[in-house]
Amino acid sequence: MGSITLSKVSKVFGAHAVIPSIDLDINNGEFVVFVGPSGCGKSTLLRLIAGLEDVSDGDIVIDGKNATELPPAQRGLSMVFQSYALYPHMSVRSNIAFPLKMAGEDKAVIDKKVADAARVLNLTDYLDRKPRQLSGGQRQRVAIGRAIVRQPKAFLFDEPLSNLDAALRVNMRLEISQLHQDLKTTMIYVTHDQVEAMTMADKIVVLNRGRIEQVGSPLELYHKPDNLFVAGFIGSPRMNFVNGAAAAAHQAHTMGIRPEHLALSKDSGAWQGTVGVAEHLGSDTFLHVNVDGIGTVTARVSGDFAVTHGDRVFLTPDPQRVHRFDDKGLAIR
Amino acid sequence: MATLHTRSAARLMIAPSVLLLLAWMIVPLALTIYFSFLRYNLLMPGMEEFAGFSNYSYFLTDPAFFQAIFNTLAIVLGVLFITVIGGIALALLLDQPMFGQGIVRILVIAPFLIMPTVAALVWKNMFMNPVNGLFAWVAKLFGLQPFDFLANAPLLSVILIVAWQWLPFATLILLTALQSLDEEQKEAAQMDGAGAWSRFIYLVLPHLSRAITVVILIQTIFLLSVFAEILVTTNGGPGTQSTNLTFLVYAQALLQFDVGGASAGGIIAVILANIVAFFLMRMIGKTLEA
Amino acid sequence: MARNVSTRRKVVVTVVAWTIGILIFFPILWTFLTSFKSEAEAIASPPSLLFFDWTTENYFEVQSRSNYFRHFMNSVVVSFGSTLIGLVIAIPSAWAMAFSPTKRTKDVLMWMLSTKMMPSVGVLVPMYLMFRNTGLLDTRTGLVIVLTLINLPIIIWMLYTYFKEIPGEILEAARMDGASLSKEIIYVLTPMAIPGIASTLLLNIILAWNEAFWTLNLSAAKAAPLTAFIASYSSPEGLFYAKLSAASTMAIAPILILGWFSQKQLVRGLTFGAVK
Repeated sequence: MGSITLSKVSKVFGAHAVIPSIDLDINNGEFVVFVGPSGCGKSTLLRLIAGLEDVSDGDIVIDGKNATELPPAQRGLSMVFQSYALYPHMSVRSNIAFPLKMAGEDKAVIDKKVADAARVLNLTDYLDRKPRQLSGGQRQRVAIGRAIVRQPKAFLFDEPLSNLDAALRVNMRLEISQLHQDLKTTMIYVTHDQVEAMTMADKIVVLNRGRIEQVGSPLELYHKPDNLFVAGFIGSPRMNFVNGAAAAAHQAHTMGIRPEHLALSKDSGAWQGTVGVAEHLGSDTFLHVNVDGIGTVTARVSGDFAVTHGDRVFLTPDPQRVHRFDDKGLAIR
Repeated sequence: MATLHTRSAARLMIAPSVLLLLAWMIVPLALTIYFSFLRYNLLMPGMEEFAGFSNYSYFLTDPAFFQAIFNTLAIVLGVLFITVIGGIALALLLDQPMFGQGIVRILVIAPFLIMPTVAALVWKNMFMNPVNGLFAWVAKLFGLQPFDFLANAPLLSVILIVAWQWLPFATLILLTALQSLDEEQKEAAQMDGAGAWSRFIYLVLPHLSRAITVVILIQTIFLLSVFAEILVTTNGGPGTQSTNLTFLVYAQALLQFDVGGASAGGIIAVILANIVAFFLMRMIGKTLEA
Repeated sequence: MARNVSTRRKVVVTVVAWTIGILIFFPILWTFLTSFKSEAEAIASPPSLLFFDWTTENYFEVQSRSNYFRHFMNSVVVSFGSTLIGLVIAIPSAWAMAFSPTKRTKDVLMWMLSTKMMPSVGVLVPMYLMFRNTGLLDTRTGLVIVLTLINLPIIIWMLYTYFKEIPGEILEAARMDGASLSKEIIYVLTPMAIPGIASTLLLNIILAWNEAFWTLNLSAAKAAPLTAFIASYSSPEGLFYAKLSAASTMAIAPILILGWFSQKQLVRGLTFGAVK
């Protein structure tokens, strides 16, 4: 099975601690997403689990067995790389068959498993092509095919969608989620895109400067962010942060309110301001409002809201949805 | 696998090359320095004695030395001038659309692949020879007196032959660089109203600067020690008119068997080359990193 | 209208470029043609370009008078030998520097390159004496040793730039897929590295074949490769133009053909990857 436990894992490059010390439990069958801004250590953490980097300290336990010193091949994990890392001189068939060949499987078994994987991934017609003859999405599927044939304890994905265009990214996101439903294998997925994290994960691990800021389900993070960082990182458009008198009114150093939790009105409300930019998407309207005495606040209403640049509007934060933070940026509950 | 044992394995893999090159750099050079302080002539074995700096003072006060320094610089600068200017012109020409571009490229590259002794002999005998050479025939065709290149303009002749060999190198590298110039940039410049000349000055030339640096660096390394072309054509003469530093040291060592004097000359050549190399390496370091 | 102008321009460019190309190539062409002339026709005035009695006699003459084939084999042994030995030494080094670089890797590479800047003549005397004292003078072995050493930095640099282009993620993928180090090398790295190794091989054979300082100074009759053999024509014997041309044609033809096939790699190799 595929449970993974990290205890006091740290990684130091020279004098610089990329990851100071991390404890984390990943349960069998979970879809875990590591998310954070670039340079937060999420890829390094994944590579430590993979065994592509040595841990400086701490232990990695896979399925109850200490794997800290094991070489990558013996950890029973599969990885899908950002650049796909397909073998350019091999056909699609040989690429997918490669891990099986390395494991010394029978020719007949290999052929059957490759054919199965190809069917699942819609690659049957492309088996004899070279990777350079494929589109980005197809290459991505070959990389996934290569990962699934070995039936690993867990899949590791390192920003697998970042080289695809927007439309394809949405499709592949669905396909990977579907794959997880079918295989029920543990997956660890690294991304900087919080939308990918929210849509795919059972459990999100938010990382910042090598430290875990919060672990939880997508909705936990959305509704109960532990601190300013998580509050600002999860959710789109970003949560508004307000300091000063308006925050003090809620007994907080900083108050946070998501754009979708601001009630808009043309007549009355708690805050008054001037519309800067109005983005009309049809389904939603995003307003960037210059609120008197507070600054720019983003508000979101569903449907259309007929205002334009320069109009005066009123905003009212939903008191149930106000997030309060102390002067250290931690949530007050 | 950035693990500790692969790092030591990496050291082990690099070691043979480093040790060989280190030995190649140090052992002969140390011997040259040692010999340069001896009075040592191969014709008088067993007579070696410490000579202090006399070999150096002998070499440095020899009028042939200054001639050789001048000739060395003349060859380097002369060939660089011809090949860089000619190379840019040829590269610009070959970059234009034309019929049979591939074949022209092949023709232009050829001289670079010719061994120096062949190139020098072919030019010496079949072109520059005042009696049977093609140039003599062409001169007679116009009713002119054939010009004896190697006797009357030995240094220039050597420069021309060497330039012929290196022109393809410059052309090929500059052409490669030229072809990597972004087509959209040229179009943008055209939209901005830049004429052909302005495009060359403000767009093409800056784009080529890296390649031009590389051409100058690499050619300088080789041109400082031109040898076969001189040996085969003029033998350094007449007198020492076409002797460069390399040839001077060679003559001292293997024609006059003066080991001490030749070694002193060799060390001077190394010092001069290092002064040039010091500046070159700084430039190459910057260019290669960029 | 615009189309017409550009076609006319293309024709003009073609004519100019071909003229210059043929002029630059002419000495080689002329050598080739002369090698098929009789000695009398070779120095005839006016010279004839194509209309003479073609003969292959010079080629046989060169071989029978001076055992040309032995010098040819000397060139083959020395250039291939030094290149292959150089590769064997350089591949592990370039490999290590490309795939597990340290802070000093760049310095080591620059230092290696700097050994090329040392003028050969600075070490001519001790090399000559060492070779004389150890019996390496005028032997193929001696030439192989020297040419290996002088071309080693170039071989390492070229290989390094090629290896550097193999993405590290692919090697990591192979490791994740369960390949041991030996399988990683056989199935993944070697197939991807072979084109680079082949270009390096080609360029170095060209360089070693044409090397004309050490081969001239450290060989005499026995081990002389073609560079040194041809140089012996600078004596009055060189006035036999047809035979000189035949010897020259045979000396340059193999390299000319090799070089034409590897134009692209030539640029890369000669500029240490700075121009691609």
